[in-house]
Amino acid sequence: MAGAAPQGASRSEVYRGNGPRLMLPTWVFIGIFLVLPVGLMAIYSFLTKEFRGGVIWEFTWAAYDQFFLDRGLFGDEPPSIEWTYIGIFWRSIWQAGLATVLCLLIGFPTAWFIATREASARPVWLFLVTIPYWVNLLIRTVSMKFLIRDNGPLNEFLLWTGVISDPLSLINTNFAVQLGLFYSYLPFMVLPIYSAVERYDFALSEAAADLYSDNWTTLRLVILPVVKPGIVAGCILVFVPSLGAFLAPDLLGGAKTFMIGSLIEEQFKGAAGNWPFGAAAAMILLSIVMAVLLLHARAQSKEAS
Amino acid sequence: MKTFLTTTAVALALAGAASAEGKLTIYHWFEYIPQELLDKFSAEYDVEVTMDTYDSNEALLAALKAGRLGSYDVAVPGDYMVKILGDEGMLDTFTPEEMPNLGNIEDQWMDVDFDPGRKSSIPYQWGSTSFSVNTEMYDGPRDSLGLIFEPPAELAGKINVLDTSGETLTLASMYAGIPQCTSDRDQLKALNALVQGAKDSWASFGSDVAKDVLVSGDAAAGMIWSGFSAKARSEGAPVEYVFPKEGMIVWMDNVVLLKDAPNRENALKFMNFLLEPENAAAVTNYAQYTAGVKGVGEFLDPEVATSPESNPPADVKGVFVQACPEEVQVMYDAIWTELKK
Amino acid sequence: MARHTDLRRFTGFRGLTILCLVLLYAPLVIVAVYSFNDSASITRWGGFSGKWYVDVFTGPESPKFRQAAVNSFVIAIGAATCATIIATAAAVAMHRTGRFRGKGASIALINLPLMVPEIVTAVASLIFFITIGFTTGLLTIFIAHLVFCIPFAYLPISARMQSVPDMYEQAAMDLYATPWEAFRLVLLPLMIPGILSGFLLAFIISLDDFLITNFVKGAGIETLPTAIFGSVKQGIKPNIMAISTLLLGVSVVFVTLSWLIGRAGQSRT
Repeated sequence: MAGAAPQGASRSEVYRGNGPRLMLPTWVFIGIFLVLPVGLMAIYSFLTKEFRGGVIWEFTWAAYDQFFLDRGLFGDEPPSIEWTYIGIFWRSIWQAGLATVLCLLIGFPTAWFIATREASARPVWLFLVTIPYWVNLLIRTVSMKFLIRDNGPLNEFLLWTGVISDPLSLINTNFAVQLGLFYSYLPFMVLPIYSAVERYDFALSEAAADLYSDNWTTLRLVILPVVKPGIVAGCILVFVPSLGAFLAPDLLGGAKTFMIGSLIEEQFKGAAGNWPFGAAAAMILLSIVMAVLLLHARAQSKEAS
Repeated sequence: MKTFLTTTAVALALAGAASAEGKLTIYHWFEYIPQELLDKFSAEYDVEVTMDTYDSNEALLAALKAGRLGSYDVAVPGDYMVKILGDEGMLDTFTPEEMPNLGNIEDQWMDVDFDPGRKSSIPYQWGSTSFSVNTEMYDGPRDSLGLIFEPPAELAGKINVLDTSGETLTLASMYAGIPQCTSDRDQLKALNALVQGAKDSWASFGSDVAKDVLVSGDAAAGMIWSGFSAKARSEGAPVEYVFPKEGMIVWMDNVVLLKDAPNRENALKFMNFLLEPENAAAVTNYAQYTAGVKGVGEFLDPEVATSPESNPPADVKGVFVQACPEEVQVMYDAIWTELKK
Repeated sequence: MARHTDLRRFTGFRGLTILCLVLLYAPLVIVAVYSFNDSASITRWGGFSGKWYVDVFTGPESPKFRQAAVNSFVIAIGAATCATIIATAAAVAMHRTGRFRGKGASIALINLPLMVPEIVTAVASLIFFITIGFTTGLLTIFIAHLVFCIPFAYLPISARMQSVPDMYEQAAMDLYATPWEAFRLVLLPLMIPGILSGFLLAFIISLDDFLITNFVKGAGIETLPTAIFGSVKQGIKPNIMAISTLLLGVSVVFVTLSWLIGRAGQSRT
C-alpha cells in the first residue's frame, strides 16, 4: 500500500516534458486491448443475434428488450417487466453484498488485532494473512469444494465428533456459493483495513477515554469514522470481484443457479449462443460496477475538500 | 523495451509455431479416446497430436463459432450436431478416394440422414443417454424416467443432470410424451412446468462430473451416457444403468473434417486410421460404447462387448435428438435459461 | 492517570483473528495433507505416500500438465516483464515529469483493468479478437495478461517512487548527467525493490488467471488453471491435489521472496 509520501515527490519535474512519451505504452496497450474491446462490446450489445452464436451487423434494442421485458415464452404477450435476469442480477448483488458484510465482520477484527501487535510481530501476522491472497483462486475454490463435499473431511470430522448424526448437504447450495465468495476474497478485506488502522493515532482513543467513553463506544464513534477509507476500500475490493464471480457458483454451486458471471459465460460458451444478449448483460454489470466506483470517488473527494 | 517486446513476440511465435508441419489438432469429447491410440497414430504417421476437449455438442458449436474454426482439423460431434455444423457451412468434404477405409463402415451407418453418403464425416461410436443409480444409495424401483423428472422424496437433492439442454430437455419430453421440436404452446408449457418442478430435487448440473458424482456417492441417481456409466461400473462402483420404459436417447458420434482445417492431409489420415477395426475397437474398449465399423469383434474385450449398457433389451425404444428450426429452438433455449435462473 | 483498560484491546478480536486464519488455511492444509494419501479414493485415508507427486511428473496426464505449466510460466514471465517496464515508465511519468495534458485521465486508465470485472474483460477481449480476425492462441493470452498486469505492477512501483525523493537525480543532473543517465544510474537502482515487488505481483496475478484465459485461449493451448479446471470438472483426483499443493508451494516461495525484498527495501531508505 502506498506509504505516507512527501507530497512534493509527485510534483517532481526532473524529467519534465517526457510525461506523454513515457505514458504512451500504457495508453497504447490499455487503450487498444481494453478500452477498444469494451467499446466494441457496447456496440455488439446493440447488434442482431445470429442463430447459434455470432452477430448480424444490424442495429436493434433486442438484447436489452430481452433483458428487461417479458413477452412470454412465445414472445407475443404484451410486455411486462422481465424478472428473470433482474432476479439473477439482484441475487448476485445480494450474495456479493452478504459476502462483503461477512468479510468485514471477520476482516476488521483481524486487521485491528494484527495492527495492534508489537511492531516486530506485525509482519509475521501480516505474512500469514497474505499467503492465501497469493494462492491461486482456482486452487482455493477446489480445496473448499473438497472440504465441504458430502463425504468430505468436514463432514467426516463432524460425524466423528458427534456434533451431527447425518452428513450436512453443503455442496451445490447457495450457501456453498456464499461461503466460497467469502473465502475467496477475505484477504482483500484485511489488507486495506490493516493499513488504515496502522496509521490510526491512538491519542484519539485516549482523548475519548478521558471523556469516559468505553472501548466499544470509542470504536463506534471515533475509530470507525477515522479508518473508514480503509473499510470502504476493502468492501469495494471484495464486492466487485464477487459480483462477477464465475468459479464459486460453477464449482461450489453445482452450476445450478446462474449468477451474473455464469449467465454471461453461457451466452458465449454454452448452448444459448446469444452474443448480443451476453454483451448487453456485461454492459449492465459494468455500469453497476462503475456506478459504485463513481459514488465512492465522489464521496472521497467530498471528504477531502 | 521494443527489443524486449519483439523478443517475447518471437518466443511466443516459436512456442506456438511448431505447428507448421506434421501436426494434427483434434477437438474431442472428454475422456473418450485412449492416449495410447493417439500415441500410436503419432508414431505411425510421424504427426504431433494436440487435443482439446469439450463436454457437450453445444459447447463444441459455441467454440467453433467463437473463432476456433480454422484452428482444429477434426471434431467429434453427435448426429444432430453434424447436421447443424453442415448447415452452418463448417464442414469440409472428402472424396471416397481420400478415405480408403470408407468401406469398413457398417452398412446401417453409411447412408445417414445427417450426412447422406458420408461426405464429411465417419462414424465413431454410438450409444445411448439415459440415467444410472448408485444402488448402494437407492434401491427402489427404477424403470422410469420419472426417477429424474418426478423423483421420489428419498432422491431429492441427490440427482445430477447433464448440463446440456439438448439431451436433458429431450429426455424430459420423452417422459412427458411430448414430441421433439414441438411448437405447440401447451406442450411447451407442460415441458417447462415439468423441469421447473423437478429442479428442486436436482443437486447439480454437470456433464463431465456425471460419472464421478455417482462413483463418489455425491449423487444417488444421475443422467449419464451408457459407456460412461459402464466405466463407473468397471471402476467398481455399484452403478446401474437404467433402460427406462419411456425410452432413451440414441446417438452416434462422428469424426468430421472441419472447414479450413490447417492440416487437412493429417486429418484424413487420422479419420482413415480410426476406420481400422483394431483402432475403432481400441476406442470402444476404452469408452465402452459401440463402434460403427465392421470387423471390430475380434479386438473387443469380452466384458465390453457383452456389457449390459451396450446391449439394451430389444423392447427399449431409442430416439435420436433432432435439430430444431430456429423459431422453435429459441423456445427451448428460453425454457433452459428459465430453468437455470 | 493510570488506565484500567487497554485501549487497543477488544474482547473477541483475538478469537476472530484465529477463526479468520483457520478459515483461510483449513482447506489448503487439508488438500495438502490428502495429496499424500496412498488411496486412489480421495476421501478415504490409505496411508502416507508420495506416489501422486510421482504421478504428476510421470503419470499419463503429465505431458498435458507439463505443457500447461510451461505455457503458464512463459506467459507469466513475459507478461509480468512487459507490464513492469510499461508500469515503470508510467510511474516516472506520474511522479517525475510535472504536469502534462491527460495526466488525470492516465491515472484512471492505469487503474481501469482493476475496475472492469474480469468476466467483462474476458467477453470484450474475445469479441475484439474475433472481430479483428485474430486467431486465438498463446499470443492472445499474453496480450490479455499484459493488460491486466499493468496496474498490479504499477501499484508497488508507484508507491516506491513516491517515497524516493528526487534530490539525488537533481544532484546528478546538476553534475551534467542527462535525464536518461539520471534515471538509469540514480533512480533505477533506488527503485529495484519496488520494481521487483511489482514484477512478482504481476507474475502471480498472471499465473492465477482462469476466466480471461479461458475465453481467449486458442486451440490446443492450456495454462495450468484451465488444465486444472478441465480436470476438476470431472471430479477431484489425487493428482490434482498434488499439483495444487505444488502450486501452493510456488506461491509461498514467491510471497516470501516479495516479503524479503520489501524488508530489504525498507532498511535501505
